[in-house]
Amino acid sequence: MESLIWLVPGLPLFGAAILLLGGKRTNAWGHLLGCLAALGSFALAAGLFFTMLGKHGAARSMHQHLYSWVPVPGTGQHPFQADVAFQLDQLSVVFILLITGVGSLIHIYSIGYMSHDPERRKFFSYLNLFLAAMLILVLADNYLLLYVGWEGVGLASYLLIGFWQAKPSAAAAAKKAFVVNRVGDVGLSIAIMLMFVTFGSFNFGTVFGTAGGASKGTLTAIGIMLLLAACGKSAQFPLQSWLGDAMEGPTPVSALIHAATMVTAGVYLIVRSHAIFDLSPTARLLVTIVGAITLLFGAIVGCAKDDIKKSLAGSTMSQIGYMILAAGLGPIGYAFAIMHLVTHGFFKAGLFLGAGSVMHGMDDEVNMRHYGGLRKYMPITFGTFFLGYLAIIGCPPFSGFYSKDKIIEAAFSKGGTSGWILGGAALLGALITAFYMTRMVIMTFFGEKRWVPDAEGHEPHPHESPLSMGLPMLLLAVGSVAAGFLFSMNSAFVNWLEPVTGPRAEGKLPGGLNSTTLSIITLAAVAVGVAIAVVKYGTGKVPAVAPRGSFITVAARKDLYGDAFNEAALMRPGQYLTRTLVYTDNRGVDGAINGLAALVGGTSGRLRRLQTGFVRSYALSMFGGAAALVAAILFAKL
Amino acid sequence: MSVLTSLLAASPGDPTNPGGGLGGATSTVTNTFTAPHVEYRALMPMLVVFGAATVGILIEAFLPRTRRYWPQVGVSLAGVVVAFCFVVANHGMAETTAADAVSVDGVTLFLQGTILLLALLALLLVAERGTGLVDLDAFTAQGATTPGSGGERAADAAGLRTTEVFPLMLFSVGGMLLFPAANDLLTSFVALEVLSLPLYLLCGLARRRRLLSQEAAMKYFLLGAFSSAFFLYGVALLYGYAGSVRLSDIATAITSSPHSDVLVLAGVALLAVGLLFKVGAVPFHAWTPDVYQGAPTPITAFMAAATKVAAFGALLRITYVALPGLRWDWRPVLWGVAILTMLVGAILAITQRDIKRMLAYSAILNAGYILLGVISTTSKGVSSTLFYLAAYGFATIGAFAVVTLVRESVRGGSDSGDGGEEDSVTVGGEATDLSAWAGLGRRSPLLAACFTVFMLAFAGIPLTSGFTGKFALFTAAIDGGAWPLVIVGVIASAAAAFFYVRVIVLMYFSEPLREQGAGPIVVVPSPMTTVALTVTVALTIALGVLPQMALDLADKAAYFVQ
Repeated sequence: MESLIWLVPGLPLFGAAILLLGGKRTNAWGHLLGCLAALGSFALAAGLFFTMLGKHGAARSMHQHLYSWVPVPGTGQHPFQADVAFQLDQLSVVFILLITGVGSLIHIYSIGYMSHDPERRKFFSYLNLFLAAMLILVLADNYLLLYVGWEGVGLASYLLIGFWQAKPSAAAAAKKAFVVNRVGDVGLSIAIMLMFVTFGSFNFGTVFGTAGGASKGTLTAIGIMLLLAACGKSAQFPLQSWLGDAMEGPTPVSALIHAATMVTAGVYLIVRSHAIFDLSPTARLLVTIVGAITLLFGAIVGCAKDDIKKSLAGSTMSQIGYMILAAGLGPIGYAFAIMHLVTHGFFKAGLFLGAGSVMHGMDDEVNMRHYGGLRKYMPITFGTFFLGYLAIIGCPPFSGFYSKDKIIEAAFSKGGTSGWILGGAALLGALITAFYMTRMVIMTFFGEKRWVPDAEGHEPHPHESPLSMGLPMLLLAVGSVAAGFLFSMNSAFVNWLEPVTGPRAEGKLPGGLNSTTLSIITLAAVAVGVAIAVVKYGTGKVPAVAPRGSFITVAARKDLYGDAFNEAALMRPGQYLTRTLVYTDNRGVDGAINGLAALVGGTSGRLRRLQTGFVRSYALSMFGGAAALVAAILFAKL
Repeated sequence: MSVLTSLLAASPGDPTNPGGGLGGATSTVTNTFTAPHVEYRALMPMLVVFGAATVGILIEAFLPRTRRYWPQVGVSLAGVVVAFCFVVANHGMAETTAADAVSVDGVTLFLQGTILLLALLALLLVAERGTGLVDLDAFTAQGATTPGSGGERAADAAGLRTTEVFPLMLFSVGGMLLFPAANDLLTSFVALEVLSLPLYLLCGLARRRRLLSQEAAMKYFLLGAFSSAFFLYGVALLYGYAGSVRLSDIATAITSSPHSDVLVLAGVALLAVGLLFKVGAVPFHAWTPDVYQGAPTPITAFMAAATKVAAFGALLRITYVALPGLRWDWRPVLWGVAILTMLVGAILAITQRDIKRMLAYSAILNAGYILLGVISTTSKGVSSTLFYLAAYGFATIGAFAVVTLVRESVRGGSDSGDGGEEDSVTVGGEATDLSAWAGLGRRSPLLAACFTVFMLAFAGIPLTSGFTGKFALFTAAIDGGAWPLVIVGVIASAAAAFFYVRVIVLMYFSEPLREQGAGPIVVVPSPMTTVALTVTVALTIALGVLPQMALDLADKAAYFVQ
């Protein structure tokens, strides 16, 4: 079984290659091949998981060395060794199951969702490419190969967000996602370079094994660069701005990017590199701060959006914030970060697919103010969406309760003032989450119809989506309901991850709190959030046009001025800077460069004239060359 | 061959009598002639290729014109494939045979294998005759007719084909197989001539722009003869110095004499002129652009790839086997040549407007890179040279294969007379002007993607063979202490990236040229070119992504037999 690891990313990669190279010839069966590749990969992942279950202790970590890319023996201090090798341990098996499992469901869902799109085959090839890149990312046994997957994910997300590239907004969103991600990517590449300089290797084993020998400053620098990378991919503050715009892509893409794959890459990176973060409290503190800010930021943005997908995007940002927060808490949080990641993968994918199903039935309407009363028309969508809703707000015994509760508890038990602040932020986040999710459910499925006819006057006819879309939603709903409970039984999940993340430190809750009282407080906060939303949206009329609202609402609608901030703090100065640079460039640098280019070009032109085309001059030049050669070798000696 | 070897058998003399030979024989006047032992298995690759070439001549002699094509194609492909099988079967061999005239060792076998693979791909291009719809024959109907004459038109109208190209190419391949294996300078010289003479002819057989083609052949022949004279003079001087033409004897003579004299140094320099001419190093490069441009493109591909492999093989053997004792004398000179070659190749390529000339300068530039491996005088240098030659050869054949497919369109009748009178657009000659390549990516994305792969490989972008090859070469050069050369190499790469990437930009980001509504067209070739193109693209990418196997093979092959 161990020798089949490469096929896990291999199958979707072949799928993508066949669909992309096959072109129009594969139109008829392209989507089926795409699904088969994803399902085959999932079956392999499951097989590997059961193989792993059958082993014990250290034997569970499997390794497959495919080949050395460019080994450079013995030059300089560190031999350069770039291997293509996969490592499957308890952490990566969780990820490959999640990625291939949820990924397969989304593939199946897309058959129905994209059935009217002429470019469906291309869409499936990109989806496969995405899966392959993400699987390489989590299976790599060294940072260089991880980087390959990391960049592949960036590329595939660019292609998918901009899939409807005829729409200028989609093209712009794809570009924005790509550019913002590049900032993070630079962080990762710097981190990798620092690692190579410090440890002489990219290999996880070598880097983590010798991390203790490096200086604190270096470790902190590596940690901060890794955090920057995680911020880019996981849409964390201050690199969060791309996520909302990324909703321009087809809805399955939103589900794939926002639930199972791309945004979890940052969390994976931090948990995988825990050996480095363990040794650098400064870097870890920064991680928790970023997580706490983002979880509140995303939640507030989620409250104000009327676009159902953008609201969910805010929610994603916020939930990933929880995970980053947990990861930053160190040994008390790693396992819960991953556990929340998995449960979130289920319920958020379910919510997105539900949103897509609603849009599918409502002629691609995304404004929740134009929904209302849909629960009678879409019972399956409503049911699964509602289960996902209960999971995300942390209602026991749904899955979100188990994972989020643990993160809040871990944040409080960090101790000291920072523990109170982080715990308080997490608790407040839970309240806001309950508020905006309740608001979303009420505006979409309850109340009276606020449907508006489209531009040609057709009334929308909401209907339940086809089976290929309904089935994945149902399966994901099962996960939303049961995953948390299953994972928490006898701390199964925590124990499973222990060999990778190290023994879990037990935190102590401060100020007379114990975990039961904290759970009750959390549930109370959730109840308050639900109550406010019910009072505000459930009892009165929802206006079809958004009221002006308080300044907070206005700010939240504008992503808390995230774009404005980027524009004012980065873009404008950037433009001034580039203008100045262009000026200096034109006057100074270009002078030199153009001079050089002119010199090269001029030399080229002059040398060209030697190429007369006359064989006699060629012979003369050869003769001259030969004479020079003989003279040179003789004079060098004498 | 047997006559040749028995002639040569007399020249190197008895190994126990180092001074012996033709001129040095003073004591043994009555040399009894004993037939040398010939290890036929070691010579089989060459024997098979020469045999196939001879069969090709018989086909020319006895089959009617119209029936020669398929037998010729079959015989040549089969000959090359069988020869390749023999090379593979001989792996690990390390011996000299035919009275020490030929040495079969790792370097020989690796280069022979490379040459045969390249020849196979080039043969596919040469054999391209187009599909039923378009005629893509690159060779003139009848070489003997005057360009533009009535005879030419008549030959065209009769649909004649020049099938002599197949045996000619096989003879050239045979010479190339012998060149890197030659263990004495006379055999080297014979191999050099055997490989060159057919090439001179092949260069003049283009179907279109025949005057240019014939001019190229003439230039190549004159300059080639000139350079051969230098080579031969060098051989004579070295024989005068060492009393033998065998490489190992020369090496012994150099190490046993405490100081080197003018004779040996001048001999080495003149020998180098001949070899550097063949690899196209500055200042002996002047023929390259003109000949590459004028020759039929499949022949250009063959020359640019395989000749370079053979000539560098000979250069490697002579410098590593015969001249290690003079290392400190020839290395500085080669340094200068390498620097000049890289700079001139990169700088002149920038201003080229013709794709074939651009590729010619690119070939010069690459010769400069490969010289780095030769200069490093380590086994790492040998193995990196071997790898780079293979990587470069495949990319070169692929790039020229793409060039054969981008054609000018001719309105109305075609210039070759077989188009007829319809109004439709017919296929003309190759559109080698760079401006014609604008917008190719839009009209023919697959072909443009192939060409992009080759350009990226030439520019040395990671995940292509060019990156791995350059990386290996530069590492070997640094290990050998030649870091200033590496700096020049990197600067030249930067300049070179400009003109390689410019073609990519041109193909993808420029508006297609629409002169009088008849821009260049991309023809659909027969499976032959398609196979060659697919294989070269696959190898170029494979040697970048999974280079380890080939690198190991080159490492293992980096040994010489004395």
